[in-house]
Amino acid sequence: MLILECPYCGVKAEETELHAGGEAHLKRFGPGSSDDEFHDYLFMRENPKGVHFERWRHVNGCGKWFHAARCTTTLEVFGTYTAQTSAPPQEIRDAITAKRPGWSWREFE
Amino acid sequence: MKRYSAFAVAREALRYHTGWERAWRNPAPKRQYDVIIVGAGGHGLATAYYLGKNFGITNVAVLEKGWLGGGNTGRNTTIIRSNYLQDPSAAIYEKARSLYEDMSQDLNYNVMFSPRGVIMLAQTEHEVRGYKRTAHANALQGVSTEWIEPARVKELVPIINLAGPRYPVLGGLWQERGGTARHDAVAWGYARACSAMGMDIIQQCEVTGVRSEGGRVIGVDTTKGAIDCDKLGMVVAGNCSHLSQMAGFRLPVESVALQALVSEPIKPCMDVVVMANTVHGYMSQSDKGEMVIGGGTDGFNNYTQRGSFHHIEETVRALIETFPMVSRLKMLRQWGGIVDVTGDRSPIISKTPVQNCFVNAGWGTGGFKAIPGSGWAMAELMATGHSPLAEEFSMMRFKEGKFIDESVAAGVAH
Ligand SMILES: Cc1cc2nc3c(=O)[nH]c(=O)nc-3n(C[C@H](O)[C@H](O)[C@H](O)COP(=O)(O)OP(=O)(O)OC[C@H]3O[C@@H](n4cnc5c(N)ncnc54)[C@H](O)[C@@H]3O)c2cc1C
Ligand SMILES: [Zn+2]
Repeated sequence: MLILECPYCGVKAEETELHAGGEAHLKRFGPGSSDDEFHDYLFMRENPKGVHFERWRHVNGCGKWFHAARCTTTLEVFGTYTAQTSAPPQEIRDAITAKRPGWSWREFE
Repeated sequence: MKRYSAFAVAREALRYHTGWERAWRNPAPKRQYDVIIVGAGGHGLATAYYLGKNFGITNVAVLEKGWLGGGNTGRNTTIIRSNYLQDPSAAIYEKARSLYEDMSQDLNYNVMFSPRGVIMLAQTEHEVRGYKRTAHANALQGVSTEWIEPARVKELVPIINLAGPRYPVLGGLWQERGGTARHDAVAWGYARACSAMGMDIIQQCEVTGVRSEGGRVIGVDTTKGAIDCDKLGMVVAGNCSHLSQMAGFRLPVESVALQALVSEPIKPCMDVVVMANTVHGYMSQSDKGEMVIGGGTDGFNNYTQRGSFHHIEETVRALIETFPMVSRLKMLRQWGGIVDVTGDRSPIISKTPVQNCFVNAGWGTGGFKAIPGSGWAMAELMATGHSPLAEEFSMMRFKEGKFIDESVAAGVAH
């Protein structure tokens, strides 16, 4: 069972307390963007075997959205962090590097 | 290949079953093939089979990282139906369903197709309207299905509780020629037939890279060495994003776990398949007597072939309201598969940005029923560059806004 620590209320919440919200750090494209940008924003998702960044909501707790860094092949959790950022903080990146040297994801921002 | 028959069973019975031969060869890869198919699930094997049968292309290898049929094809709950809403879906699923009708004869392999009938329960007003709409659409598409009232549901499924407090049964969409088949046998039957045509099915051979030159595919790297090909078909379900990344393009797909479970065997109590899409539960009884139960997908990206336990609890809780007898059943086994889900819940059978590289993916939670139709269309696309059945399922449809939205009536589409 997946357990994530909510960065707001500090509760170690198990899955039934949480709601998965999909890929993190999406850049929104709207009017004025190219067809490709809009297509990718709407339909293309990172679907890596390995390190992944996601949005989660502490739905049956404080109700707030936050971020998690997780491995999709081992279900290991590298850490959670607040929603008020468009890229994972350095300590999360370091925690991932410690366990998955050379990891990569798409560009942030 | 020696043919299977009643006579062969009798002959072998007389000589202690010493005369059965291997169902398929176990060859080492050659240097080069006309066509390489990655993934020996149902869809990959069916693609290879129809390449040979319909187009005479037999210099074909099917590469499988594990064992054939060990992916979702061997993990699903085997529901077969074709009463989808949209025209392109109805066309390909009905093609598949009709091919299932005589698949055992065609492959000379008993796939145990059992057209026992499938009911999709309507348990909300929304579903009632949705399924009536589907029944009308199916009438226009020439797909046989009908809307039935609760009394008829009860007649078909005596163990059902129509008056559930949360989700009463308001009727159902009934497809009399829907049903189930033996999932392993579908993979094995196609594999045997492919092998007999001279194709190589190479197990424990993982594709680790896709090689191309000037935008055109020329071969693959595998754990058994590099292999060249003129055309490549990637048919790897939950691993399709991984494969497409090797080829240098992306797919609009996410991979999540879907689970199923079976009970202890009990006496025959339900001879149709029942699906309850509102509560995410569906059930049928296997020939061995086990109740085969499936539910909804987990919510997050996952490649582990293990799902979360609470989803099993949710599925069973939902089923107990509609089938009170389930509460007395002991469950024997539970497992998961990694399903490939697209934005509109419809599959992709498509050319790709890499020339001569084709993709068949996105069948998600409901592709077992589609295996023969999908293989038929994919083979046609790969052999001729064009397939009427596959046309609407291009990966370009997302950019063009031409979705095939099957999630409108029900979020699940098993
Ligand atoms: C629990 C569950 C219940 C389901 N219930 C139903 C149902 O009732 N009805 C229905 O119609 N559908 C159902 N489905 C969906 C159905 O199982 C799938 O859509 C279908 O089996 C997909 O077949 P496939 O051949 O595309 O994929 P798979 O059978 O998964 O085959 C893909 C193969 O590719 C191989 N592979 C992956 N990567 C590589 C690589 N790099 N190199 C070589 N080989 C590779 C894998 O090992 C695998 O064997 C269910 C699925 C699950 C998980
Ligand atoms: Zn919280």
